[in-house]
Amino acid sequence: MITISPPVAFKDVQIEMAHGAGGKASRRLIEGLIVPNVFPAGACEPLNDAAYLSVGGARLAMTTDSFVVHPLRFPGGSIGELAVNGTVNDLAVAGATPLALVCSLIVEAGTPTEVLQAEMQAIGSAARRAGVIIVGGDTKVVEHGKADGLYITTTGIGQVDARASLSAASVRPGDRILLTGHIGDHGITVLLARGDIDLFADLRSDTRSVQPFAAALIDAVGGALRWMRDPTRGGLATSLNELARDSGLGIVLEEEAVPVRDEVRGACELLGLDPLHIANEGQLVAVVAPDVADLALKTLRALPGGEAAALVGRVDIAPPRTVLAVAAYGGTRVVDMLVGDPLPRIC
Amino acid sequence: MCLAIPGQIVELAGGGHFATVEVSKVRRTINVDLLEGEPLAEGDWVLIHVGFAMSRISAEYAAEQLRLLAMLGEDRQAMAELDGYRFGDEPRSKISQKLSTTEDMRTPRKDPGEV
Amino acid sequence: MSAVSPVVASLVNVMKYVDEFRNPQLIRQASDEIRRLADPARHYRIMEVCGGHTHAIYRFALADLLPQNLELVHGPGCPVCVLPMGRIDEGLSLVEEHHAIVTTFGDVMRVPGRHGSPLERKARGADIRMVYSPLDALKVARQEPDRHVVFFAIGFETTAPSTALTLRRARELGVTNFSVFSNHVTIVPAIRAILDSPDMRLDAFIGPGHVSTVIGGRPYAFIARDYRKPVVISGFEPLDLLQSIVMILRQLRDGRSEVENQYNRVVPWDGNLPALRVLADVFELRPYFEWRGLGFISQSALKLRAEYARWDAEARFAMPGVRVTDPKAAQCGEVLKGVLKPHECKLFGTECTPERPVGALMVSSEGACAAYFSYVHRRGQSLAQQTTS
Repeated sequence: MITISPPVAFKDVQIEMAHGAGGKASRRLIEGLIVPNVFPAGACEPLNDAAYLSVGGARLAMTTDSFVVHPLRFPGGSIGELAVNGTVNDLAVAGATPLALVCSLIVEAGTPTEVLQAEMQAIGSAARRAGVIIVGGDTKVVEHGKADGLYITTTGIGQVDARASLSAASVRPGDRILLTGHIGDHGITVLLARGDIDLFADLRSDTRSVQPFAAALIDAVGGALRWMRDPTRGGLATSLNELARDSGLGIVLEEEAVPVRDEVRGACELLGLDPLHIANEGQLVAVVAPDVADLALKTLRALPGGEAAALVGRVDIAPPRTVLAVAAYGGTRVVDMLVGDPLPRIC
Repeated sequence: MCLAIPGQIVELAGGGHFATVEVSKVRRTINVDLLEGEPLAEGDWVLIHVGFAMSRISAEYAAEQLRLLAMLGEDRQAMAELDGYRFGDEPRSKISQKLSTTEDMRTPRKDPGEV
Repeated sequence: MSAVSPVVASLVNVMKYVDEFRNPQLIRQASDEIRRLADPARHYRIMEVCGGHTHAIYRFALADLLPQNLELVHGPGCPVCVLPMGRIDEGLSLVEEHHAIVTTFGDVMRVPGRHGSPLERKARGADIRMVYSPLDALKVARQEPDRHVVFFAIGFETTAPSTALTLRRARELGVTNFSVFSNHVTIVPAIRAILDSPDMRLDAFIGPGHVSTVIGGRPYAFIARDYRKPVVISGFEPLDLLQSIVMILRQLRDGRSEVENQYNRVVPWDGNLPALRVLADVFELRPYFEWRGLGFISQSALKLRAEYARWDAEARFAMPGVRVTDPKAAQCGEVLKGVLKPHECKLFGTECTPERPVGALMVSSEGACAAYFSYVHRRGQSLAQQTTS
């Protein structure tokens, strides 16, 4: 396997918050510290959301994710739902039908039982909605003051659809980029739910399984579907930057085409944030061959929850490894990955 | 410096120090002490910075600006005529007068505050 | 919408007083007018003083719309960029030494200090909290009566009145566990320092938009009168900046040097009287203050008056005045003055990147270096010709 991205060295003296934010610092930690030590030498595939395993003739995908969110409950969902949907989505964008999840809990001592019960119910119903079974798990309790109430880790396996052949390497200049719906809903909802800022908006987290969208795309266009991702922390910008890096190509995003709710736009303008960097929990971004772009869009829009799906850009040969956003009047700007979490500004 | 956003007053709190503004369906409580002395009403647009109203937005001046920008590509004659404008030197009433006599406003105004 | 194209009226998500000034057709028209007005025999150097304008120029890719012989030079109007590193350290020392809660805006959180940025120190356990308004900081103080809460204040004259009102409120309420560490600076002395600098080769200024809502248009008169440079106070949307450049080019063409107010829908020529009054009430000018890159400038920063000493962190706590010099190779000063472009600094892109910033210009989203790095640096060949229509 060819390493497309140049390797990076990890020189930081200690681990900081930025290393977990999903942006550049996270990438450096993974590529510079974790991969060289953990993965067998020579296995340098571009890092995906899920790993592929061949088990007795079946092709499986496996993935894991941890969920750390404050507050635990917010409009539209809670940590339990995120924990199920997040892992289901990582399997879905790997072209797999999620089969089973295991779920580890780290609970802070002193957490009221009803809080944990609500999250277990959330996990249960999210799993049912997503069509996946929870087959096991683990529970640990830590001292008061740790774990922010509750941390959840889920690990999932799924069966890869044989028709799906997804990788950044198969992306070609001219390919089109599809998005299932509005960006920024989750991140802004959680930010407002913290109550630190006097901002009010009628917004809900978009947490949901995107597996129906992924499956429908594979069904409709098969091998003409090149690559998929569920943009979470770090936003759409991070996922597209990962694609640009891994494929070595350029991504041209049409700013006006990206669906953003009025409320998310308003909150972002007020706080000096860019919706492209805000977390999502229920969206899928896909790259398809140009001749099936309209069919793919139609497929998504026909599904419940896909009404706002849009074609938002294309792949280009240049500028290499860069995401460019084009404004309505033609001006272009580079959309970079952030270092850490986006911070509101007043200047 | 200074990220400041236009928002519309949707509610004035009793007591006179605070108001609720709306920016693209998002509501924020802001302090209006810096506009003390200016009669504020629901529906007014203000510029918001760090939770304070800094200035009231003039619909007339905004419309005038857009009109001038629209004319940049069209009537070079009219443009030469506008060349002498000094923004800000003219008292408000003079600008209003000009607006009511120009004929190149393409759509009729719905109400005085509408841009 | 009135006299603008039907395109604007048909936009679904319209943010009023914002989207009209992003109208694509009008932007193209304004850009064409700039090309018509720009004398091909001249090379124009226009400084936008305000960091918010720098950010807007990059965010909206306005340089793409300007002719090659018109250069926008980034000025020092970024209140975080001009803060010497020592002031960060001093403010944060209050956490360890006095068990205080330090509150500040998001802009400050990533600025590197000697022992890490506020965000890094917070991750290590320091009680540093991000707020969105100085009133939030006062609220924290009222909620935590057993702790002292410091508001690390930054900003030019736009933000200072809000801090002043908050201090007045703290005094009215008799809140004793609250103080302000003031790093408010004033814009005019910085502009004067640029004008007096021997490296200065500027033709005109795009004047600060939001500072002017407080101070009005008159304080810039000396630029036009004594230095004979046009000044146009500008808004922050693409059409505002383009229109301001049109107005500047007309002045230069006509040989005029005046202060004009393009942003008159928001900026009152006389400024904001209640804001100026509360500033005078609560603050006074420091005899001098150190600006990163520009050195010591007299009468350029605000400190709390004696009547407010009880709410002045510098009066309540022994703050020795730590001076931390920038690494020799860092050229923050030259970039701040507009003498160097960000990529011309020796550390740009190598030792100094957004992940590992040496100076605040690489951290602040208004900083010329961060803006240049994010928006331009990675671009490689220009795709300006690949436009959507």
